[in-house]
Amino acid sequence: MKKAKFAIAAVGLIAFSGIAAPAQAATLQDVQAAGVLRCGINTGLAGFAFTDDAGNWIGFDAAYCKALAAAVLGDPSKVAYVNLSGANRFPALASGEIDVLSRNTTWTFSRDVDLGFTFVGVSYYDGQGFIARKSLGISSVVELNGASICIQTGTTTELNLADYFRSNGISYEPVPIEDNEEARVAYVAGRCDAYTADASALAATKTTLEDPDAHMVFPQIISKEPLGPLVRQGDDQWADIARWTLNVLKNAEEYGVTRGNVAALARGTNNPEINRMLGSEGSLGAMLGLNADWAVKVIAAVGNYGEIFEEFLGPNTPLELQRGVNALYKDGGLQYAPPMR
Amino acid sequence: MTGKPRHGPSLGRLWTDERVRGAIFQFLTVLGLIAFVWFLVANTSDNMAQIGMKAGFGFLGDQAFFDINQKLIDYTSTDTYGRALMVGLLNTLLVSVLGIVAATLLGFLMGVLRLSHNWLVARLATVYVETIRNIPLLLQVVFWWTLLTELPRVQESKSIAGLVFLNNRGVRMPAPVMEPGMGIVVVAFLAGIVAAFFVTRWATRRRMETGQPFPSIWVNLGLVVGAPVALFLLLGQPLHWDVPVLGTFNFSGGFRVTPELVALWWALTVYTGAFIAETVRGGILAVSKGQTEAAQALGLSRGATMRKIVLPQALRVIVPPLTSQYLNLTKNSSLAVAIGYQDLVSVGGTILNQSGHSIEIVGIWLAVYLSLSVGTSAFMNWYNHRVRLVER
Amino acid sequence: MTETVFHRSKADLLPERPPPPGTAGAVGWVRENLFSSWTNSALTILSLYLLWLVVPGVFGWAFLDAGFAGTDRTACEGAGACWAWVDQRIGQFLYGFYPREQTWRVDLALLLLVPAAAPILFDKLPFGRKALWFSLAYPFLAVLILLGGFGLEEVPTDKFGGFMLNITIGLAGIIVSLPFGILLALGRRSQMPVLRLICIGFIEAFRGIPLVTFMFTAALLLPLFLPSHFNWDLVLRVIVVVTFYAAAYIAEVIRGGLQAIPRGQYEAAQALGLGYWQSMRLVILPQALKISIPGIVNTFIALFKDTTLVIVIGLFDILNIGNQMVANPDWLGLGLETYVFISVFFFVICFSMSRYSMHLERRLDTTRR
Repeated sequence: MKKAKFAIAAVGLIAFSGIAAPAQAATLQDVQAAGVLRCGINTGLAGFAFTDDAGNWIGFDAAYCKALAAAVLGDPSKVAYVNLSGANRFPALASGEIDVLSRNTTWTFSRDVDLGFTFVGVSYYDGQGFIARKSLGISSVVELNGASICIQTGTTTELNLADYFRSNGISYEPVPIEDNEEARVAYVAGRCDAYTADASALAATKTTLEDPDAHMVFPQIISKEPLGPLVRQGDDQWADIARWTLNVLKNAEEYGVTRGNVAALARGTNNPEINRMLGSEGSLGAMLGLNADWAVKVIAAVGNYGEIFEEFLGPNTPLELQRGVNALYKDGGLQYAPPMR
Repeated sequence: MTGKPRHGPSLGRLWTDERVRGAIFQFLTVLGLIAFVWFLVANTSDNMAQIGMKAGFGFLGDQAFFDINQKLIDYTSTDTYGRALMVGLLNTLLVSVLGIVAATLLGFLMGVLRLSHNWLVARLATVYVETIRNIPLLLQVVFWWTLLTELPRVQESKSIAGLVFLNNRGVRMPAPVMEPGMGIVVVAFLAGIVAAFFVTRWATRRRMETGQPFPSIWVNLGLVVGAPVALFLLLGQPLHWDVPVLGTFNFSGGFRVTPELVALWWALTVYTGAFIAETVRGGILAVSKGQTEAAQALGLSRGATMRKIVLPQALRVIVPPLTSQYLNLTKNSSLAVAIGYQDLVSVGGTILNQSGHSIEIVGIWLAVYLSLSVGTSAFMNWYNHRVRLVER
Repeated sequence: MTETVFHRSKADLLPERPPPPGTAGAVGWVRENLFSSWTNSALTILSLYLLWLVVPGVFGWAFLDAGFAGTDRTACEGAGACWAWVDQRIGQFLYGFYPREQTWRVDLALLLLVPAAAPILFDKLPFGRKALWFSLAYPFLAVLILLGGFGLEEVPTDKFGGFMLNITIGLAGIIVSLPFGILLALGRRSQMPVLRLICIGFIEAFRGIPLVTFMFTAALLLPLFLPSHFNWDLVLRVIVVVTFYAAAYIAEVIRGGLQAIPRGQYEAAQALGLGYWQSMRLVILPQALKISIPGIVNTFIALFKDTTLVIVIGLFDILNIGNQMVANPDWLGLGLETYVFISVFFFVICFSMSRYSMHLERRLDTTRR
């Protein structure tokens, strides 16, 4: 028995040294082995990540998770959603707790370079705005001198706010809040005069207020907030998959491929661009390490970019957001995906 | 073991020797620990290298770019992360000290009331203790915060004499603004306190030795209050009050206490107070009944018995557990993060997220709280020692 | 003769008289306990005044003026509390995101806790020691029931939520932290300096640092410390840190118990030729644990209350579900109701635990006499 102790200790040591060998990043293999994509989303933001009546997570950001799962695993339902606040989203991605972060996150220099992440594109061009009660009788952000303003900690909006008020020489009381839900509670309770966040989030928040017409989102936008999905730096294959899944959504809209007609178009069309994307020509899927029909699965699962926008953010939703700068470049917007070639 | 006859150096023999076995076991433990730590460090550096994270405390000198709501030292968004952490640490200390003072008062009061001969009062104190102890503190913190948001809004603030204003953004009260000359008054006040301390000591000693009473209360009052007030008037009242004024959105001027601070402070006080009450009750019950009876035989009133006989003796039993309550309160102040009171954990969380230096920030948290706890225990051990010396 | 004496003495007895007015019965009790002196009377009146201020208001808010039915907050027009949401949301509060058609498994696991805990909590039960085998098997059985597999639908832990998550983390922490705490306490009193130092370091580190920071560590740093393909479940990581945290406190409680055992017991055990583990298991620990039980139960209560801290790392325990509901547009502004409601859950469990510990304390007291 005593010898057994020795043996166990020795085996333990060897085992430790064995595991300690560096594991190479191969997120694709890990995800396929696990059979599930771990996707970080918001803890709750109307339009972007929210639960339906059955308790499933849906929304603009959640749709991207589904698209990626469809591309990698062939099944959009194979997603484990991890709800993250602004403060713990990056550590969660850095530590490998999630495979991809799709949580209305702004692409900035330091996040891309210093934090060690790779942004794979812009899914939504946003800007920081303010919401306040109409009864305050103000129309511009600079009139908020001396006001209490709710902000989400750990976001770019927190930094922009400080920058903006400092450069304009106006004072304010920051009221730090953990997430959008709590911010709404504090705003409604009157703890703060105004709430600042991405304009899209404000539109979402406004719809959920008791009397939406009593509040206004200021037309003024104080920052650029290009939102998009991101992955860990250092796994180029995984980043490519994430990037081109997003590009497929945009290209599909450009070429008129929809959830309804993708199955028919996948059998072959006379547009080589579509054929390459949907895998009936060329071998783009294999280049990514995926099946030839990966893009078909993506579009069949969630539709194209325009369809997703309409479903969760567009004029027929409570958010009533216009495409604006998020229209395709053909329609005067900024959404422009590189060609599939 | 030394008495055992040894039959040559046999491995099996060696193994039965308890000391040898102990040494081997300890050696293995150390080896295992080193292997484990090395395993963790290797993984961490691999993982960090893989995603290009950089370790080091250099980022503390970088500009923070975010604002902090409540600060005891000057801080703007142009200051560094390091200074922001300092602001957070001071906020932690502020709420901890306020909480410790208030919880001690409340706890002693409730502990004594629980043993009251008044049936109703004892029951009420028991209900307080039993309810509060069995509900999670975090829940109480958010509860008080929510309750405070139900206060009137800024425009409908409750005002006390037009000086103090209460609304759901906290309390505003007039702040003293010192003019030149006020420094002298403050110094006089502090000097008065020190002098009063020595006078009391001298008077006590004299009374012990000669039995002559000395009106030290009046002398001390003159030293602490009289002299500074006279000086204050003499210098032409070098102080004015900055009274809060309602602006478009908020009051400006005056001294402000945020609802987050109040909610956290109050929750910590009420919660820890319940535990201290139990400690105090236990301490009082530990004082032998003979002491109380002897005091009553001497004709001391119930209140005087409690103050002069029971409590001083109970203190010796109370202090050690009281120390851990103080430590708990300090640690529990980290629940600030739930309501946005910007303490060390809350500010650290923001920095962690803005800069991505999670390991360093968690390291700072651990270091700070450990030193706080070691510091508090050291102080309380010293105090405990002092109280113990009184024992004969 | 005896009869006459008896007769006479009985006749000589004064008739029983009622006690002086105001010293017996209700009036006497009130006098003795509420108005025995001026200060006492003042205290009583002050307390009564406080009660009069608080109780009718709270009672009216919670019951009389409260609304109990409806599908959104407009259903509650009264000035009092709004409880209409309870009916709709109770499922979420209890089970989180656990699949609705599978919640019977949670109920079953909880139900099985009764026969599993009974032999530990109470003696004099049927089956005697054999029932303990079921107690030992229970943790594994519960994990199986909750997580699924072997024919049951698998439920990943990210579906765990609500009060069920609190109970899961709390129970797992309680079950593991006790043996772990015992080992730590023994290590702290060990003769081997290295082992002692390690145990002291462990205990003091976990006792000196807030659990919140350990929660962050569990969520953010643990994955970084481990090989990247090692994917620990978040709930499991939380259970690990909560267990370590509680074990450090339990170790201190048990150390107190160990110190209270007279030296003679150790020496007697040695004299009987018992080895270290034998003497601990058969002689020392049974006594030390007995003394430590109140402290251990208090640690368990604290552990259970601390399960609410998972909220800082984004798990949806009952408090976080409550927060979501407070932020829900349909029910906006029902913070007080929600938090009072959640408090009741914790109060019931923690209060019963503390009562049980007092009961044990009393029982053990008599056996020691």
